[in-house]
Order: sequence, then structure tokens, then C-alpha cells
Amino acid sequence: MIELGDVTKTFPNGTRAVDGVSLRVAAGEFVSLLGPSGCGKSTLLRITAGLAPPTSGTVAAPWLNGGRDAGGQLGYVFQQPTLLPWSSVSSNVYLPLRLAGRRRRDAAPLVDAALEMVGLSDFRRARPRELSGGMQMRVSVARALVGQPTALLLDEPFAALDEITRNRIDDDLLKLWTQQRWAAVFVTHSVYEAVYLSTRVLVMSPRPGRIIDEIAIDLPQPRTPAVRGLPRFAELCERVSAALAAGMEATANA
Amino acid sequence: MNARELPTRSAAVRWAQRLAPLAVGLVVLGAWEWAVRHWEVEPYVVPAPSQVLATLRERWSELAPAWAVTLRTMGLALTAAAVSGALLAALFASSRWVAASLFPYAIVLQVTPLVAIAPLLALWLRSRFEWVHLICAWIVAFFPVLSNTVAGLRSADRAHHDLFTLYGASPWARLRLLLAPSALPYFLAGLRIAGNLSLVGAVVAEFVTGAVGDESGLASLILGSQMRLDTPMVFAALTLVSLTGIAVYFALGLLSYLLLRRWHDSALPR
Ligand SMILES: Nc1ncnc2c1ncn2[C@@H]1O[C@H](COP(=O)(O)OP(=O)(O)O)[C@@H](O)[C@H]1O
Ligand SMILES: [Mg+2]
Repeated sequence: MIELGDVTKTFPNGTRAVDGVSLRVAAGEFVSLLGPSGCGKSTLLRITAGLAPPTSGTVAAPWLNGGRDAGGQLGYVFQQPTLLPWSSVSSNVYLPLRLAGRRRRDAAPLVDAALEMVGLSDFRRARPRELSGGMQMRVSVARALVGQPTALLLDEPFAALDEITRNRIDDDLLKLWTQQRWAAVFVTHSVYEAVYLSTRVLVMSPRPGRIIDEIAIDLPQPRTPAVRGLPRFAELCERVSAALAAGMEATANA
Repeated sequence: MNARELPTRSAAVRWAQRLAPLAVGLVVLGAWEWAVRHWEVEPYVVPAPSQVLATLRERWSELAPAWAVTLRTMGLALTAAAVSGALLAALFASSRWVAASLFPYAIVLQVTPLVAIAPLLALWLRSRFEWVHLICAWIVAFFPVLSNTVAGLRSADRAHHDLFTLYGASPWARLRLLLAPSALPYFLAGLRIAGNLSLVGAVVAEFVTGAVGDESGLASLILGSQMRLDTPMVFAALTLVSLTGIAVYFALGLLSYLLLRRWHDSALPR
């Protein structure tokens, strides 16, 4: 469903952020992009979403075909909640549908369902600043899912949250994925988060970012918090950490 | 730093702080009253506050129509400044070319002293004094609205722009749902400045037209009274000008608070 071919991105100031990345994400997959800070993960995600053009290479995804309501097929969760501070929670969640030309009354059931999914039905009339950081991020997830996308791109969405909150949102996200099975590209710099959530982890090198390893995560589905205690979980984490470390070392020696 | 100084000021202290300016005002007025009586100053030199008050009461029938004229000029000019400033700012935001070619002229209009423009307008418009007043007040009030709103429209968050791009927002939807709300706090700050400038503009214009026989507004009344050595009337009219300025300032502050209190940092309690 998503296919990048030999994508390179060089910024006008000469910074090469992404270097020859090819990847494929099939429908219903949960793929994590793991790499050190500054290795081009956000850049890669923005290219995939169509927010920025690649310097060279090809990008194919359903929302890039320029179709009329192509936007509805893609959900995006930014690093920050990125909510409109002047709008209520429900108006924020309604925004993608509103921009797609859907009337508020027709969209209301979808908005309500999305808020229900993230457990914020009681807060529909609150303003973003009246919510905690974790709740704001949940609103952001609801907004990304309200259009019933076939793919969700997430850019280190919960990195700013405390670990307890992050684990809970991860679990909720996983539950939603199990039910709805959108394809997910999840950017993170946490090895545990990547292994816990994904069906596949792609490890990136430091800048300029390349994909240096690919690890299939064969943990049982559906995942529950108990998975974090399995020996196989620890094994996979170690394997991913080793790949990450190898990438760092190769760059340091180069 | 002393930790005890940091938290909560008590309600009593806050009220005292609010009332302090009032107390200062009363003391000054009292001293003024006393000084005028003590040295038996002639009213045409400096009238006592009590005389000014008496003038306000007894000659209200002369003051009220003049006040109404000034108020109307100010209100119309402020409204025109708000509408034209916001619309032009939106136009600037939609096209760099328009912005680059027109903004310098807005600045020229702004930096040219009003007292130099007003006589020209009086010459061209002859005895249509209310138009001279209105245009002058608009010229000075318009610029802060324009420049603030332009800055506000540019202040929209980059991530929010990405969000709108991602979901295929039309330019109109972006303007209405993202740029306009982002610019609102800036626009309101500009409007607060414009409120007082429109009063200044109206008064300056009235002075200029007052010199050629206009007797409509508060400033024209001041000019005429001054020539008749009717100093208590000058003070009464001045008092009305000041009170108007203060009232407009606080009214626009209240408007700003009401519109922003649920989401903008500037309107939240500290
Ligand atoms: N607009 C830009 N102009 C120049 N350099 C940029 C720009 N955006 C990102 N970069 C640089 O590209 C590199 C990768 O950035 P990014 O994709 O944000 O990394 P990550 O998300 O993995 O932390 C960084 O070194 C960053 O400084
Ligand atoms: Mg990033």
C-alpha cells in the first residue's frame, strides 16, 4: 500500500537527511521506524504523507494520487498534539471531516465514535488546554482516526509523555489497530515501544538515514501487556538494540 | 530569593492595588481644589475641580451634542479601521505581491503627521467637516490594526499548516479556520491601540476644522471656549475626552478578554 523506492532528501542548506531509503508497507501491517534522533525519521514520514517532496526517488501511496477526498485515507499523528487551541475537543476531531466537506451533523456519529475510542467522550466540550498532555495526545489520535483511514502515520507521538501514560496509550492504540487494522508507520526512538507494537521493525542509521536492518516481530497476536514479560520479547529487544548499536558504530568509524 | 514572597497575593492586597490609582487621583484633585481656593486663582486661568463639575452639570446641553459628534466620529472610524485593516491584512496574507507593493504606502500614510494631512482634507472637502474628521481618525487608527493583523496571520503554527495541508484544506478554509483565529489576539491588541488613536485622530481633525469655523465636536468646543476665555468649559470638555479614552480602552480590553479567555494565554489568570 505504501512504497518508497530509493528515496533521498537533501535540504537546500545541504543537509542530507535521508539517503536511499526503500520500503514497503502492506495493508494491515504495523511497521516501526526506529533510529537515533536526527536520523531523518520525521523527514521520511513527511515525504510519505506528501507534506514534502523527496529530492530523488519514488513515493507511492493511495493519498498521493490526487483523488478528490484522498485525505480521508490517511491519518497523521504529529509529535505534538497540534490541536487548535480555540476549538473544542469535538471540533478538533471533526476538523479532517470538515475540511473534506462533510456537514457537522452528518459527521457527528463519526466524531462521537472516535472520541469514544480514545475514552474522551466526557470531554467533547473542553478546550485543549484544559486537558493533560496524555489526553491531548488521545484527542490527536481520535482526529487521525475519525476519517476511518486505511493508513496511520505516527511521528514519535507519545515521546513527550511519562512512561506510565505512554504504556497505556500504546495499549489502547494496539487495541484499536487489532480491531480496525489500518496500516501503521510508527516512528519512535524507543526499542521497547517498537518491539511491543510492531509486526516489523525497521532500524535506521544515524544521519543521513538509511535502513540498515529489518526485524520481523513474531510475538503472539493480539498483544497484551503480558507480552512484555515473555522471554521472546527480551530477545527481540536485544536483537533490535544490537542492530541500532551496529549502525551507530559503523557511522562513528566512517 | 525568598520563597515566601512567591505565592498567592491575598485578595485584600489585590483590591488595594486596584484602588491605588483612584486614591492618587482623589489626592491630586483635593490638592488642586485646595490650591485654587487658597490662592484665589481666577477661574479663567485654572478652574477648581468643583467648578469643572458644576460646568459639566449646568452646561450639559452644550457639551452633550459636541460629545456625541466626537463619539460618532470615533466609533465610525474605529469600525472602518477594524474592517479595512483586517480585510487588507487578509489580502496581504493571500499574496506576497500585493503585500510587497502596498505595504510601503500604508507606512507612508502612517508616518505623515496628521496635522499636515488634515488641513489638506479640510481644503478639499470644504465644509463637509464630518468627512474630514472621519478620514483623519481612520488614517491613524487603521495602521495598528493592519500591521498587527498581518503579523497575526503570519503567526499561525507551522504544524497546524501541515495539518491543514494534509487534510486538503482549501485556501478559504485555511484562512477561516486557521489563519483568522491565529490572528485574532493580534488583531484585538491592534484594535486596543486603534481605539485610542481614533480618538486622537478625531480630536486633531476637529482642532483643524475648528480653526475654520466648525463648532461641532468636543475639540472644536475646546477651541472656541479657549478663545472666549471660557476655561471651565475647556476643562469640562477635556474631562469628557479623557473619560471617553479611558472607557474605550477598557471596553476593548473587555472585548479582548471575552473573546480569548478560553484559549489564549494573554487572557488567562496568572
Ligand atoms: N527544513 C529543514 N531544513 C534543513 N535541515 C532540516 C530540515 N528539517 C530537518 N532537517 C535536518 O534533517 C535531519 C533529520 O531531521 P528529522 O527528520 O527531523 O530527524 P528525526 O525525526 O529522525 O529526529 C536533522 O539533522 C535536521 O536538522
Ligand atoms: Mg522527528
